[in-house]
Amino acid sequence: MSTSMNATPPDDKLENAIELRDVAGLSQGQIVRRRFFRHKGALVGLATLLAIIVLAFSSMGVGPIPGWWTQTGAPGPVVNPQGGPTASLPTWLGGDGFAWGEHPFGQDEIGRDIFALVMLGTQTSLRIMAIISIVACVIGVAVGSLSGFFRGRLDTLLMRGTDLVITIPTIVIGAVIGRIFAGISPTLFAIFLGVILWPSLARLVRGEFLTLREREFVDAARVAGASSSRIIFKHILPNAVGVIIVSTTLLMSTAILLETALSFLQFGIQPPDVSLGRLISEYQSAFSTRPWLFWWPGLFIVLIALSVNFIGDGLRDAFDPRQKRIPSRRKMERAQRLDRAETPGVLDASSGRAAAPDARDGDLGGAGGPRSGR
Amino acid sequence: MLTFLTRRVLAGLVTLFVALFLMYLLVDAAMDPLADLRQSTAPNKAQLIDQRIEQLQLDVNPVVRFFGWLGNAVTGDFGVAWRTGQAVTVLISRAIGSTLELVTAATLLSLVLGVAVGIVSALRQYAAFDYIIIFVSFLLYSLPSFWVAVLLKQWGAIGFNDFLGDPVISWVVIAAIALLSGLLWMLAVGGGGRRRVQTLVVAAAATFAMFAFLQLTNWWLQPRVGPVLLAVLGVAAALAIVAIIAGLQNRRALYASLTTVALGVVLFFPMQQVFDALPLSNWLLAGLGLVTIAVGLLIGYLFGGPDRGVSARAAALTAFVVGVLIVADQVMQVWPPYYDALRSRPIPTFGDRTPNLGGNFWVGILDSLTHLLLPTLTLILIAFAAYTRYSRSSMLEVMNQDYIRTARAKGLPERVVVVRHGFRNTLIPLATIVPIDVITLIGGAVITETVFARPGMGLLFVESLRNAEIEPVMAYLMITAALAIIANIVADIVYAVVDPRIRLDA
Repeated sequence: MSTSMNATPPDDKLENAIELRDVAGLSQGQIVRRRFFRHKGALVGLATLLAIIVLAFSSMGVGPIPGWWTQTGAPGPVVNPQGGPTASLPTWLGGDGFAWGEHPFGQDEIGRDIFALVMLGTQTSLRIMAIISIVACVIGVAVGSLSGFFRGRLDTLLMRGTDLVITIPTIVIGAVIGRIFAGISPTLFAIFLGVILWPSLARLVRGEFLTLREREFVDAARVAGASSSRIIFKHILPNAVGVIIVSTTLLMSTAILLETALSFLQFGIQPPDVSLGRLISEYQSAFSTRPWLFWWPGLFIVLIALSVNFIGDGLRDAFDPRQKRIPSRRKMERAQRLDRAETPGVLDASSGRAAAPDARDGDLGGAGGPRSGR
Repeated sequence: MLTFLTRRVLAGLVTLFVALFLMYLLVDAAMDPLADLRQSTAPNKAQLIDQRIEQLQLDVNPVVRFFGWLGNAVTGDFGVAWRTGQAVTVLISRAIGSTLELVTAATLLSLVLGVAVGIVSALRQYAAFDYIIIFVSFLLYSLPSFWVAVLLKQWGAIGFNDFLGDPVISWVVIAAIALLSGLLWMLAVGGGGRRRVQTLVVAAAATFAMFAFLQLTNWWLQPRVGPVLLAVLGVAAALAIVAIIAGLQNRRALYASLTTVALGVVLFFPMQQVFDALPLSNWLLAGLGLVTIAVGLLIGYLFGGPDRGVSARAAALTAFVVGVLIVADQVMQVWPPYYDALRSRPIPTFGDRTPNLGGNFWVGILDSLTHLLLPTLTLILIAFAAYTRYSRSSMLEVMNQDYIRTARAKGLPERVVVVRHGFRNTLIPLATIVPIDVITLIGGAVITETVFARPGMGLLFVESLRNAEIEPVMAYLMITAALAIIANIVADIVYAVVDPRIRLDA
């Protein structure tokens, strides 16, 4: 009788057992890393993003260091009729043999190399994305942790501040800010965009702090005489790092979409700086005659945003301890066999975990803030 | 409740004031009303500049100017857009109308589609359908809306107009579409191997039949609903509605809905005369819609039985669908003359009306619908992704609750568990997001409106900011900010209404 009971234990128990065996003896960081690297979408996203970064910065060079791409994006002679792309497909795909040619992405009507322009634009957009998310992350974490830790009047004040920023749609403030700063310097522009994108992060961090500050280990630290700053930095922040990393990642995709949208509306990056949104805006009327002018910059925006979103999704799965993975059938069967061989006590210990909902999209879903670019 | 409202409204007013003050300073810094004069070569340049400085009070400190503006705005005087001399109130009221059209259509459609797909996706968690939906929603969420908008404009509109010039789809393409839709339905419905094959065949055949019908009757150029199609679509809608909200074994609900369809088909021809006789307007049409729903409710109620509410609801929904189909037929009747009037390019890429079109009420509706098509599609693509993700995760959360297990354990059919216990609770978190979404969207879909040159709130803001006209920008900001604050209060109240565990006294 007891063997038949053991032969069909509840699935939950088995999954827990598999999970426990998987992570036995690993530190939190190792578990997170493992879970992240198991998420195929996130890995593909990470690889794509890295490839884009390397391509953009190595081809056109950074600052004084020249890149390997010889064109500069300056006007020149038009090679193909209309400036069509010179890249040709390999013979097995019906082309004339594989070649990059001089202008693989094509040229515009005055002979500027689109590959160079797109790479420069990608550089700008990536740089702005990074600055925005760093600034928003620092402000958001600072505001959120002060507000959540000290509560009281400071909390009210800071939360009114976030309400204030949320009241006006980001794209509207962004347009006004772009009007003031974008013509001057892309870096300043990015910093000020970061200054308007922090509220969603601040709210999440505050919520996290509000729960964590009531936990026993915080009490223990306080009793041991730790100062507020020590509790915040050494005890609470490391525990809130998951929320922060995940929502900062999601914020990055909001940031790049916001920047490109503003540049598209011509409230963002101004020439001579190149931005992907600006390129699309310049070339939108050329769509019917020179579609490549329009496709490439858009493709790069989509690729960056998509891979950042996938990385965020993978990180969320990795950091969320409630995240439930359904193990493969083979794993389940193996666990069942092992389970029969072992004492049942091991499993009972693990079944205390509540069957938590899959929080893939929900928990931090709004972390990137409301979609600004409608 | 009252304390809550008072407190929130007061806090909101303070927030509004501070936000407007800061934005006034920012907008003032962003604008340079003298830019065009500085570059002018007019001989009386200095005089012109002085004139404008005086006109716009540019020599006054912006803080002082803000209070002057605020004083006027509070009394309802938003000033004039100085370049054109138009009153801001007129500009704004015109823009809000255009924006509302766009936003209502887009939000409703994306909400219905997104929630439905999200829930099905959650019910098929970790199945192929779920993974496809996750990927598609990620992709849509990552699309820059301006890119999609330009793409739709340059490609969708022109492509579709070209297609209408010679509306023939090759049978191979139709077969491929049918197979694709069959596959999607198969993955969405799920079930065992036999059920899957059945779904695949039925869905593919239905899609194929539909396209064949459209093709063979030259429907693209002469669209009609007609009594026969009305009956077929009405019965299909009735079956679907009853199957979801009452279950097909609830015969009373089924018969009530079918009666409603029959009534609709019978009234089809008389309604043509009625529509001709009535002085039509949007309000009248909305009134007729309400009457239709009331008739549906009445039919369901009269069928009686122990659970009248369910029959009434099913019949009312069916009545609404039938009513929409009858109106759609009226709109379709004016398609051929409209098509000719626009010289065979019926899908426009800019504006919200064709100027000097003439024609009757239905032509007006058709015209605004064709103008709405592409911008709405743009907005739907993005909002759909967000709603799918929200409703999927919300549904997953709900379906893991204990009360779902209880409902299953006491032997309720799966439909009841999903629709009554699952779906309703899924809507709770959505109820807090939707009001905020809708009301913030009234601030205009800035990018979509700009690309499609729809004269809505977003475009008004962009144009005024470019033209350095501070009055319309501030009026726009005042309205959006106030609406955002109201939206947040409304969301809290809605939350308390739909979830009795939340109380507003605190």
